[in-house]
Amino acid sequence: MYVAVKGGEKAIDKAHEWLDEARRGDPAVAELSVPQIREQLALAVNRVMAEGSLYDPDLAALAIKQARGDLIEAIFLIRAYRTTLPRFGYSLPVDTGAMECDRRISATFKDVPGGQVLGPTFDYTHRLLDFALEAERLERPAPEAGAAVHPEMPRVTEFLNKEGLIQDEVAPAPAEDQPDDLTRQPLELPAARPLRLQALTRGDEGFVLSMAYSTQRGYAKNHPFVGELRIGTVGVEAEIPELGFDIEIGEVVLTECETVNQFLGSKSEPPQFTRGYGLVFGQTERKAISMALVDRALRWKEFGEDDKGAPAQDEEFVLYHCDNIQATGFLEHIKLPHYVDFQSELELVRKIRREADEARHQEAAE
Amino acid sequence: MNAEQISGEYNFAYLDEQTKRMIRRALLKGLAIPGYQVPFASREMPMPYGWGTGGVQISAAILVPEDRFKVIDQGADDTTNAVSIRRFFEKVAQVETTEKTAEATVIQTRHRIPERDLHEGQVLVYQVPIPEPLRFLEPSEVETRKMHALEEYGLMHVKLYEDIARHGEIATSYAYPVKVEGRYVMDPSPIPKFDNPKLEMAGIQLFGAGREQRIYAIPPHTQVVSLDFEDYPFQRMKAPKCCDLCGAGESYLDEVITDDAGGRMYVCSDTDFCRERREAGHVGALGVAEDAA
Repeated sequence: MYVAVKGGEKAIDKAHEWLDEARRGDPAVAELSVPQIREQLALAVNRVMAEGSLYDPDLAALAIKQARGDLIEAIFLIRAYRTTLPRFGYSLPVDTGAMECDRRISATFKDVPGGQVLGPTFDYTHRLLDFALEAERLERPAPEAGAAVHPEMPRVTEFLNKEGLIQDEVAPAPAEDQPDDLTRQPLELPAARPLRLQALTRGDEGFVLSMAYSTQRGYAKNHPFVGELRIGTVGVEAEIPELGFDIEIGEVVLTECETVNQFLGSKSEPPQFTRGYGLVFGQTERKAISMALVDRALRWKEFGEDDKGAPAQDEEFVLYHCDNIQATGFLEHIKLPHYVDFQSELELVRKIRREADEARHQEAAE
Repeated sequence: MNAEQISGEYNFAYLDEQTKRMIRRALLKGLAIPGYQVPFASREMPMPYGWGTGGVQISAAILVPEDRFKVIDQGADDTTNAVSIRRFFEKVAQVETTEKTAEATVIQTRHRIPERDLHEGQVLVYQVPIPEPLRFLEPSEVETRKMHALEEYGLMHVKLYEDIARHGEIATSYAYPVKVEGRYVMDPSPIPKFDNPKLEMAGIQLFGAGREQRIYAIPPHTQVVSLDFEDYPFQRMKAPKCCDLCGAGESYLDEVITDDAGGRMYVCSDTDFCRERREAGHVGALGVAEDAA
């Protein structure tokens, strides 16, 4: 005797209670605080802010805690919260040239005005597990406090630009000053570069990384040099209509990467270097470099290059598949019941098999 | 989070009024051009893409406090995702909810059209995963939009023809493509093709695809034709059985496996339809009379 499967509501409640318990883990172990996550898992926080498209380290840390460390789930929480926020206006473009850099390196010149600043990087560390970290409350000697210096750090690519060796980035015409907003308008193709960059900066780090990697391995190969990578703090200014002038409303940490790529020239253009651009919230350097490579690959039309049919050149492919919140939602929806569709497939397969069977029998009889 | 907290923190029906207006404009455009996919700036919702965010956004944009809201998934009110969506609107819109098709003013559905005919004034909101009927033939959105604009549907007919050549019939059993008012080929969402004839109805039908950022609509009493050929006409299909609970012979049935010896039973997928029949005294082969239960 079949009993209609009722009790879905109760099951959901119980599952969520269990989730709460699982999130907390063993109660004998101290609970993680949001400030601890913000301070000690800062790179996870940065990724959640970047792909969540919301700059708020406390909320991102809270989301990571709530999501049990599942970063895509945390990004989802931030995105869902972000939708409900009213939009007061748009900031002015930030001046990354005036960034107070914690890290700034160029791979194209041995030294540059302002210097090479390594900053807090994993580069050149030996990836050996540091068992000393396992011992809690270990006192580490405080580093000698050097005076914070923030010398002028002019953009490296501008040196090339002065010689005309690199393609000039054309400033948008005043009429197009306000680029489209990916989160307020449906994505329609072909997408202008600002829209592509918006999609890439909030795109999944893994996806953008793999796309970038594919261009390095030969799918639309275009050898990139890291012209400059800088990480630091910039002021965000907005024009307040009631005041009639611009004021700084806050600061954000950004990672910016400009690549210098080869370009052999075309019928209309002399040989010249070209650029790819990446700009991401927080210290997110793998993502910013990847973004610059993919940006460059997507610019093939603009430079009159060949369509090599590479995935990273295909704007529709990249833009429609880089968002991990869209991807994970659609992927995981196949867990939902599909028995109505499946039932009709079942009937169809049975019917076709029955008919084929009958036809075979008839043939045998004849 | 309890209901008071949520309702205090968010606008009525979750979305802000600006967003609702944007969605309503897309809905009106969709109703004006039946079957045409209107791009809209879909928002991130607090449930995942692919789990009904398009339908949820439409419901949020059209619900008013006086509405009575019903949510079904696979025809049933008590499937987990239907429960989750119904609860969401109970929290953020405090609308009255119902399981009775006849009494609902707005019905959000996934994969089914209710058995009972909708009457004028009722709205059926569909959750749509892939709004583009040509998508499985042509992966590029740029191309498929062009094909719709030029009414270039030859590819679809070739596909249906190849099905017949290979299998002796059209091998599409759900999300069966239709032509709306003689113009746009439309995906009716993954409803079984059994439901296709009901797409011509007195209610308003709104389709929302959140992830794909598309809205489309069928106004009441609009012509909706399932694609076919003169010599291979469209055929409805269901399990050739009666409901084992209410005895209905004309409703769409789910097959339920009851033991590991191949035992199975068939029950109405539309749980409200089945309940209504049982309450009216109909009893299926394995059912129990209502008063005895």
